[in-house]
Amino acid sequence: MPEDLNWAIGGEAGDGIDSTGKIFAQALSRAGRHVFTSKDFASRIRGGYTAYKIRTSVDELNSVVDRLDILVALTQRTIDENLDELHEDSVVIYDGERSWDAEVPDEQIELDVPLKSLAEDAGGAIMQNVVALGAACEVAGFPIEHLDSALEKRFGDKGQKLVDNNQEAARKGRDYVRENYDHDFGYDLDTTDEDYVLLNGDEAIGMGALVAGCRFYAGYPITPATNVMEYLTGRIDRYGGTVVQAEDELSAINMALGAARAGARSMTATSGPGIDLMTETFGLIATSETPLVIADVMRSGPSTGMPTKQEQGDLNMTLYGGHGEIPRFVLAPTTIAECFHKTIEAFNLAEKYQTPVYVVSDLAMAVTEQTFSPTEFDMDAVEIDRGKVVDEENIDQYLDEQGRFQPHYDAADGVSPRAFPGTEQGAHMTTGLEHDELGRRTEDTDERVQQVDKRNRKVETAQREEDWSPREFGNAEAENLVLSWGSNEGAIREAMQDLEVDVRFISVPYMFPRPDLTEAVENAEKTVVVECNATGQFADLVERDTLTRVERINKYNGVRFNADELRERITETFAAESEAKA
Amino acid sequence: MSSQAHFTDFKSDKRPTWCPGCGDFGTMNGMMKALANTGNTPDDTFICAGIGCSGKIGTYMHSYALHGVHGRALPVGTGVKLANPELEVMVAGGDGDGYSIGAGHFIHAVRRNVDMTYVVMDNRIYGLTKGQFSPTSREDFETSTSPEGTKQSPVHPLALAMAAGGTFIAQSFSSDAMRHTEIIEQAIEHDGFALVNTYSPCVTFNDVDTYDYFRDSLVDLDEEDHDPTDYDQARRKIMDFDNIYQGVLYRDDDSVGYEKRLGIEEPMNEIPDGAPEGAMDLVREFY
Ligand SMILES: Cc1ncc(C[n+]2csc(CCOP(=O)(O)OP(=O)(O)O)c2C)c(N)n1
Ligand code: SF4
Repeated sequence: MPEDLNWAIGGEAGDGIDSTGKIFAQALSRAGRHVFTSKDFASRIRGGYTAYKIRTSVDELNSVVDRLDILVALTQRTIDENLDELHEDSVVIYDGERSWDAEVPDEQIELDVPLKSLAEDAGGAIMQNVVALGAACEVAGFPIEHLDSALEKRFGDKGQKLVDNNQEAARKGRDYVRENYDHDFGYDLDTTDEDYVLLNGDEAIGMGALVAGCRFYAGYPITPATNVMEYLTGRIDRYGGTVVQAEDELSAINMALGAARAGARSMTATSGPGIDLMTETFGLIATSETPLVIADVMRSGPSTGMPTKQEQGDLNMTLYGGHGEIPRFVLAPTTIAECFHKTIEAFNLAEKYQTPVYVVSDLAMAVTEQTFSPTEFDMDAVEIDRGKVVDEENIDQYLDEQGRFQPHYDAADGVSPRAFPGTEQGAHMTTGLEHDELGRRTEDTDERVQQVDKRNRKVETAQREEDWSPREFGNAEAENLVLSWGSNEGAIREAMQDLEVDVRFISVPYMFPRPDLTEAVENAEKTVVVECNATGQFADLVERDTLTRVERINKYNGVRFNADELRERITETFAAESEAKA
Repeated sequence: MSSQAHFTDFKSDKRPTWCPGCGDFGTMNGMMKALANTGNTPDDTFICAGIGCSGKIGTYMHSYALHGVHGRALPVGTGVKLANPELEVMVAGGDGDGYSIGAGHFIHAVRRNVDMTYVVMDNRIYGLTKGQFSPTSREDFETSTSPEGTKQSPVHPLALAMAAGGTFIAQSFSSDAMRHTEIIEQAIEHDGFALVNTYSPCVTFNDVDTYDYFRDSLVDLDEEDHDPTDYDQARRKIMDFDNIYQGVLYRDDDSVGYEKRLGIEEPMNEIPDGAPEGAMDLVREFY
């Protein structure tokens, strides 16, 4: 049996697939097992196939594979959709009593469990998915007590009776399998004493924001970014902050800008179509030198594209979006835990340099839950840097001869002082129009050049003073170089575990400013850039930066990379080189 | 906060580039006087402005201010006020800015009812872009982009505000300095979103909606024995499109600003120097 177990539940949207999957994932995580989840879902609320997949192991997991060991199928379509991933020992749990005539291919092990009637015996048909979880525990050799604890967490707030009923339902599922199938499924899931936490990328962004002192969030719901807003709602007010659901993205970003201007750490999150709408204000943020964090949780574009599918297609937009020339920072977390760390970093960068900062995440991270040791979220290590804020005591130094505060003072490092509204003697205006050091509109050619240079100097200062290093894996001396940005890191790392070629892997979390990769590319025989888009936006950048041609591995069918396919494609790419040379 | 301010403290040393005679001069003077009369200072006042001749107002006044993009001043003001409820927030713009490109925000700002004052300089024309019709232009108004009239009926801002659940709906005329100032003072004192549609004539591009026209047509509510707290009376006046009124048409004295309903009490500009206390609880939720 393989080291890891792959489990899935699938059915119609509205069947409670998500919450059932989440309960099982939590049970595994609470049992000290690593969990990595993924979702197949369509862009509709009821109807349409949807599945929640869990990969679990005692070892760390960073990716998905194309294999399913246990499938809970609530519909025939669930079986059909996953045929490719089933192998001859796969177990398919379904309810033959239900109206559909299940056709489980002969090679697979069929487990016909009367989910619905067992659930009714336990107190209600609604618990049929939990019966299936109990059955899955028996198949997997996973102690049901861990499921009890997850059910307690899920239903505890709603009363002990509900918890009891669900636990009973799970037992009925387990017992049914025990009594009716005399079969050794061969699984025996180990548990450990580790305490893991299980969270997704949107939650990690939201948590990073709270920890960084974000007090104001305005957003407009959009898949797959909505979860950031939902996470912050109800939590941010504990710290005296607020979430506003705005009437649209134009409003959201302008509200966030207003709050930032008033001195709050402020953010918004959206996905591609929302970024399109926010772009005009993005320029205003940069010109008025207001610190703002904008998370772009990417999905397939352009236009409304495929809202529930993965893509890394917005890189160019975050780097170049907006008319004119806009200094900005663009961070792209490479793992779910990094979504937390990079969001904190984004707030510091925004305030230190008084610029807009993009945190570019994507659907694959947003809807994936992954286990981490809580130590990954080290609160003692969190540093807050609010940049050059002046107060009543020191504002004198920043006034001109006439006693006027200069919010766009031509500082050598490009960073001017900042006075929060309410600060005495600090009254000043900021604007999207080109302005002088006082913030007043100007069309004077020298002042224009002075302000453009000043804003661009912030980037130079940041390039010098901040750490823009990438993350490195594999053999630093290898002649094959793999480059990637954002969420592909986990799948690539896993692919490297039994790769036949020796590779050096550089995972880049900073898109602007970005690390200088020239030396790494020059030292490599061959470089391949892995990204989830059709044209290779990052590969183009690497070529531009390093003046060297690179190979590309792209995927744009809406599905994230998995380790198995990457292992093949990376091997192919580098093998082609050796053949060509031979 | 510093002691009592004089209205000239709200004046910047930048000279307005408005055409001589533009109604916006009077609108601005009234705003500055009203701010001073209600006990505000430049340091605790925030002005958000839109784009247009009208939007330049933030430049000619002295206070904390943000001059943003076309049509989006209301969301900015909302963010400012929620993040620091101690600030006096005023939002200003034109009829194009507020009722055309920003119309969506207008409706939502009204119903959200954040405590701020919104002054719309209604000149029934696009001034800054040199004379196209605006959403408040009359149907037969001939401009460079409506040579045969607009063929659309105008927006009625007060009716829109009332339909959206407005809690303070007023109209003023920039050249009636006393009344204009007084109305803005009441708007500032109102707890919630206060709309003041101010007729502010454009002397360069609009030869129909002139000073004379407004002077002759405006009906002052003070002379009408109007009770703005009487919703039905207010509704009748607001829906009376045959007359234009000056004064406070509707005022809900029970209104409570959105920021208060959200429970925001403190400015949000102080944050801890590291992770907040008990931050590990945020992680533990994910066990
Ligand atoms: C997105 C965008 N579209 C168009 C413009 C051009 N524009 C500037 S002001 C304006 C209309 C101004 O009319 P109004 O709001 O009535 O103000 P006024 O100048 O009459 O005071 C327009 C269309 C712009 N600045 N931004
Ligand atoms: S164009 Fe009209 S609105 Fe603009 S400044 Fe001149 S008079 Fe005023």
